[in-house]
Amino acid sequence: MLSNDISVILPELLLAVFAMASLMIGVWSKKQEAVSNLILWATAIIFVVFGAWIGLSPEGTSTAFNGAFVNDGFARFSKVVMLWGGASMMVLSRDYLLKNDLLKYEYPALITLAMVGMMMMVSAGDLMALYMGLELQSLSLYVIAAFRRDSLRSTEAGLKYFVLGALSSGLLLYGASLVYGYTGTTSFTAISSVVTLEGVSLGLLFGLVFLATGMAFKVSAAPFHMWTPDVYEGSPTPVTGFFATAPKVAAAAMFARVLFDAFGEAVSDWQQILVFLSIASMFLGSIAAIGQKNIKRLMAYSSIAHMGFALMGLAAGTEEGAQSLLIYLAIYVTMNVGVFAFILNMERDGRPILSIDSLGMYSRVAPGRALALAILMFSLAGIPPLVGFFGKFYVLSAAVDAGLIWLAVAGVIASVIGAYYYLRIIFLMYFGEQTEGLNGTMPAAHWVFLGGAAAAMVLGVYNLFGVESIAGIAAATLIH
Amino acid sequence: MIGLEHYLTVAAILFVIGIFGIFLNRKNVIVILMSIELMLLAVNINFVAFSAHLGDMVGQVFTLFILTVAAAEAAIGLAILVIFYRNRGAIDVEDVSVMKG
Repeated sequence: MLSNDISVILPELLLAVFAMASLMIGVWSKKQEAVSNLILWATAIIFVVFGAWIGLSPEGTSTAFNGAFVNDGFARFSKVVMLWGGASMMVLSRDYLLKNDLLKYEYPALITLAMVGMMMMVSAGDLMALYMGLELQSLSLYVIAAFRRDSLRSTEAGLKYFVLGALSSGLLLYGASLVYGYTGTTSFTAISSVVTLEGVSLGLLFGLVFLATGMAFKVSAAPFHMWTPDVYEGSPTPVTGFFATAPKVAAAAMFARVLFDAFGEAVSDWQQILVFLSIASMFLGSIAAIGQKNIKRLMAYSSIAHMGFALMGLAAGTEEGAQSLLIYLAIYVTMNVGVFAFILNMERDGRPILSIDSLGMYSRVAPGRALALAILMFSLAGIPPLVGFFGKFYVLSAAVDAGLIWLAVAGVIASVIGAYYYLRIIFLMYFGEQTEGLNGTMPAAHWVFLGGAAAAMVLGVYNLFGVESIAGIAAATLIH
Repeated sequence: MIGLEHYLTVAAILFVIGIFGIFLNRKNVIVILMSIELMLLAVNINFVAFSAHLGDMVGQVFTLFILTVAAAEAAIGLAILVIFYRNRGAIDVEDVSVMKG
């Protein structure tokens, strides 16, 4: 039924219409800057409202377009995290865009389109829907990576992201074609029943490996991470902040969706791939970050390591694993919003400064901000009793319960190595050498996000704000 | 008699040529765009061959989607390449290296 289908995809449909409407309004208006500002705020508000709408909508699974689009608890959880994370980064990005003459209406419109793509990705019930969502997201992100058109670094970041993103889409598609050829269908439920009946043939296994490779590119798991540091460094800082939040959740949730929905009966076939990706990402992210001088580059390696931990939950291949993945992603997004609220305000005499050394004795310049960043860094390192520790704890216990004890041991070792560079930032801020440091002020709105994220890392220890049980319900809808 | 395996072999060869075109090419970025196109078209051959073999239309529908997306992708890739050229004055692959990873 068409009317039923439309009621299921209503949030995505309205967001797509909103993106096109905001483009139209932007094109036809005379006062570009004022209208762009208005569209940016409207987008942020709409993201928050839609997040609440999707989050509060009744439980249960509904499908549209013959199962190509699935709206279940898992999709809703991911969508709420993405929408709220995206809204936070939108509010944070305003001042930076204004200062650098980048406040154009295309920015919120492109992010809205990327958001529609991401919502499509996490709700896909069919390889075709998955591919369309993925491409809508990727094409929008290539453009906003190169959003600063007069900067060589930004355009280079866009070009690198485009080439490697297109390569990964190609690999994913080749996998999709093999999966289609060896199962005769593109629908996840039908693939799952073929796998149950006939097992995984060699051709299907090749398809699965190609699919996993393409998706590993998108979550920036090692050894397919090489685009991440350059894209993070080159893109304008608000764009980097956005890359570190919503698209990461979307890619990881899509990965979980394909593996559990389509290949849930063949856990043993993909478990080794995930274990390898997880270990490689954790160690590469932790070790390569040590030598970094640029904080955006450091956050890129940090995101690779964190994705390694998130994939550890996926590698467990159990409902507990999917639950820990969702908890980890929600905590990771919160921490990143806080850290990027800080990074966006790192400046000296109005010029952005991104070198880590400039943080020397920062606690004397701005004690409040230094304390908030220190809490977030402790949390990113996973030091108890902060919330970041619980994210790692759930993932590790899921891995142990699934019998992957040595994977959990590797995770603990990697997290100890990784703690070094987070602690180095704290060391620099409190005991480092006085340098010609930062002197920018921070708008009140940014303080709310930085302070709020840091406070959440401390207060969330009590019950994680109920995320654990919500994620449990969400994960249960994914596992059949 | 040309069967499914011949089509799959051709598609696999084209796909591998596409991947090698991206990694071994040292001249300019346009060649990379062509290689990406080659990869997507190899996938299309795969889909159509499977579709005909299985007697199922879904593969051909997928092919049409891929063709459309490939066109959009090429348009965006060229647009990014144009602004890169404006800043750098060259499109050699070796010049895409302000940031080292």
